[in-house]
Amino acid sequence: LAMLCEHPVVLYTPMAILVGAFIASGLYYMLTNQGHRFDIGAVIEGISPYLWANLGVGLSISLSVVGAASGIYTTGASILGGGVKAPRIRTKNLISIIFCEAVAIYGIIMAIVISQMIEPFNEMAATEQIRRANYQAGYAFFAAGLTVGFCNLFCGLCVGVVGSGAALADAQNPTLFVKILIVEIFASAIGLFGVIVAILQSSNAKMGDKV
Amino acid sequence: MFSESMFSVDAGYLEGLARGFKGGILKKTDYYNLTQCETLEDLKLHLQSTDYGHFLANEAGPLTVSVIEERLKEKLIIEFNHLRTQATGYLAEFMDYITYSYMIDNVVLLLSGILHDRPIKEMLAKCHPMGTFEQMEAIHIATTTRELYDAVLVDTPLAPYFADCINEEDLNEMNIEIIRNTLYKAYLEDFSAFCQQIGGTTAEVMQEVLAFEADRRAFMITINSFGTELLKEDRKKLYPACGRLYPGGLEMLAQAEEVEQVKLVADYFAEYRVMFEDDGTGMDKTLEDKFFEHEVRLNVRAFMQQFHYGVFYSLVKLKEQEIRNIVWIAECVSQRHRAKIEAYIPILE
Repeated sequence: LAMLCEHPVVLYTPMAILVGAFIASGLYYMLTNQGHRFDIGAVIEGISPYLWANLGVGLSISLSVVGAASGIYTTGASILGGGVKAPRIRTKNLISIIFCEAVAIYGIIMAIVISQMIEPFNEMAATEQIRRANYQAGYAFFAAGLTVGFCNLFCGLCVGVVGSGAALADAQNPTLFVKILIVEIFASAIGLFGVIVAILQSSNAKMGDKV
Repeated sequence: MFSESMFSVDAGYLEGLARGFKGGILKKTDYYNLTQCETLEDLKLHLQSTDYGHFLANEAGPLTVSVIEERLKEKLIIEFNHLRTQATGYLAEFMDYITYSYMIDNVVLLLSGILHDRPIKEMLAKCHPMGTFEQMEAIHIATTTRELYDAVLVDTPLAPYFADCINEEDLNEMNIEIIRNTLYKAYLEDFSAFCQQIGGTTAEVMQEVLAFEADRRAFMITINSFGTELLKEDRKKLYPACGRLYPGGLEMLAQAEEVEQVKLVADYFAEYRVMFEDDGTGMDKTLEDKFFEHEVRLNVRAFMQQFHYGVFYSLVKLKEQEIRNIVWIAECVSQRHRAKIEAYIPILE
């Protein structure tokens, strides 16, 4: 199946269909003098800020978990394999697993923080300023979720690959473990960067009736 | 980008295990201890402290070199089968490809046994255990290659390699060698194409290793065919096309008539030129020894990268070389002819 997914025809077909449909619909509107109806801005404005905010929450936790899971199985499989002939590595290398797990914890923290900031607001009775503040909050929460999600995804992948290398190197030569651990610490720092930026993004955003 | 991450899902544990096995390969100090042995019992004692452990512990009867060799091979087979039974997908197919070269050797061995009217049991005992296939016993019913193919070989994984050498001629001495080399050529090219299909780091690593294997076979076929009645066109058909010599070098090799001309061909390639020259250290290394050394170097390099299947192939080849080394040392020890005991190929520091 992996091979099939890499075949050029399979890769290009969905993209081609989407782009083709997009261009065809745009042309239709233009040529039938209904160009004003092809209004992307109106479509985006029509989306409730709650969709954006909750998507942010969902992406934050789910992408982080994908990264953490990838890291854990990569490292875990190598620890198991290397631990057969060198049982001493088993306990020490659990540190790598902990680094991967931390990535998932960042994700859930951000998800909880963002979801606690989502408040209901009365769209009909809202002034222009309140509407703007709520929409901005929606977008900010989405962006925060994306930030922390993708940062943790790649952080988890990275820590997994490095941790796997650490386990196998440790099995051959015990002095190498501490050195490679330093690389892993740098790798897990990038997940932390994602959390910091996400907190900054979402801290300014206010939802509700009284902004 | 994600291929490294996806590798561990199916093959991460096996890779770790294979690297554990590689860590147990004998080092310089182990070889030093082995060369100091006076008897085969000493050898057994020294091997007990290595990864081999008590593999000779239950040996009844006197310890001979052939017994040691058999037990060493058995240990390799056990480890390889342990890995193979847990492998899935591409890795399983890759490991099967590794066994095909031994299967080819077994088929040719059985054929030559038929030729010389040896009893089938004796031949089966000599077969390499890593290349067993189910129809091995049935091989004696054939007299021509056509019968052999139709009756036995069409069900084995080697069937596609026979496309080039099925003909109605009877088996004879010459033909058997040609059959062996034709099969091996088809196998190498098939293996190389399979590795390219897998792609990624596996393709990169295996490309290098298999290219050297192909070139080495081309050189050996050329040199061994001087003085035989093998025609140049026939010789050219035996060269595998997946090496660095393809196509220009193979053309030149096909025209060569003596060792000097082969040397001229090797001069075009930096690594091969070094092998054909006298290295000036005074040690009497044959060309095969230099080829083995280079092969060991390439196989050790395969372990420098992670998340690819090449480690399994290299593990088998390095273990094989180690078995050859130990058997060489054991022979020197048992015959008390210690002059050339240092002529093994060191593998790891």
